[in-house]
Amino acid sequence: MSTVQPSVAAPRTAWHVAAVAETRRETPSAARITLDVDGWPGNLAGQHLDVRLTAPDGYSATRSYSIASSGDGSRVVLAVDRLPDGEVSPFLVDELRVGDRLEVHGPLGAYFVWRPPTDGSSGRPVQLIAGGSGVVPLFAIARAHAAAGDPTPMRLLYSVRTPDDAFFAAELAAAQAGPAPFGTTFVYTRRAPDGDDAPVGRISRERLATAVIAAAERPVVYVCGSTGFVERVASWLIDLGHDQRAIRTERYGGT
Amino acid sequence: MQHFDGNLLAGPLADLFAFDPTAARARCNGCGAMGELATALVYRSGAGSVARCRVCGEVLLTLVVADGRTFVNFTGTGAIEIPSGR
Repeated sequence: MSTVQPSVAAPRTAWHVAAVAETRRETPSAARITLDVDGWPGNLAGQHLDVRLTAPDGYSATRSYSIASSGDGSRVVLAVDRLPDGEVSPFLVDELRVGDRLEVHGPLGAYFVWRPPTDGSSGRPVQLIAGGSGVVPLFAIARAHAAAGDPTPMRLLYSVRTPDDAFFAAELAAAQAGPAPFGTTFVYTRRAPDGDDAPVGRISRERLATAVIAAAERPVVYVCGSTGFVERVASWLIDLGHDQRAIRTERYGGT
Repeated sequence: MQHFDGNLLAGPLADLFAFDPTAARARCNGCGAMGELATALVYRSGAGSVARCRVCGEVLLTLVVADGRTFVNFTGTGAIEIPSGR
């Protein structure tokens, strides 16, 4: 969709050494990790990086993580969910300490990225759809949208197990209350907050239809989550009349 | 087998090319469909990654890293359309 995104060159990719500047609990199963990355060229909203861990015996494992921050500067924020059988994520969530060093490769990705309109005009509305920790790159997009003062309407549909599992809950509430044309709709798959009357359970096509910007408004749609979530949602969007070329998807997984 | 998508190829391919090719549109030699490499279905194993056309399932490319060398085979990929300004 070159009509949507003017060509702004993405920062050059390279391997960097990152030092952990801060790590804190994001949810019961996830950590928010702030890195100081030596030589980081900045990154676009929606990009990811690869983290490589190397054991003393030389065994190494590389995993991709979306970046929750964007813009210039050497600070990079990740939010990592612990996968029960994971090889890398349990270490990042539970063991990583301030001052630890990691090898990171990035910024990466030229497809699942968002750039504010360069001329200050209001572009096509943007619908973000997140499943679980798939919210990370979409949060970066929402935050970049607010920071740019972009008048384009943007909405987030966020499917999450329980209110306790929501990433960036305080920031999303603040963004909703702020001046940017932005709002979040939650779908709770296991337990809703007290007083929330919306049905609990996995998102359905009907629920999707009522919660997202209508196809007639020609939104650009970003979907990020597990493979199953992304493929269900993307096929329903097409059923609902959305243009396949306006749907950008990113499937996450791996351990 | 669990699959992901071509966004995951940005890291391994960025080391090899002067630009990130995941936003480049490639033609599938199997069915003729055009799509960004990021939209391909990617299957990963210890041996490497295989990207398949999301429309017909044909293999678009394989990527194998072994003994400090990388083998990239654009087996089923026709013309590649690269956005300018990258």
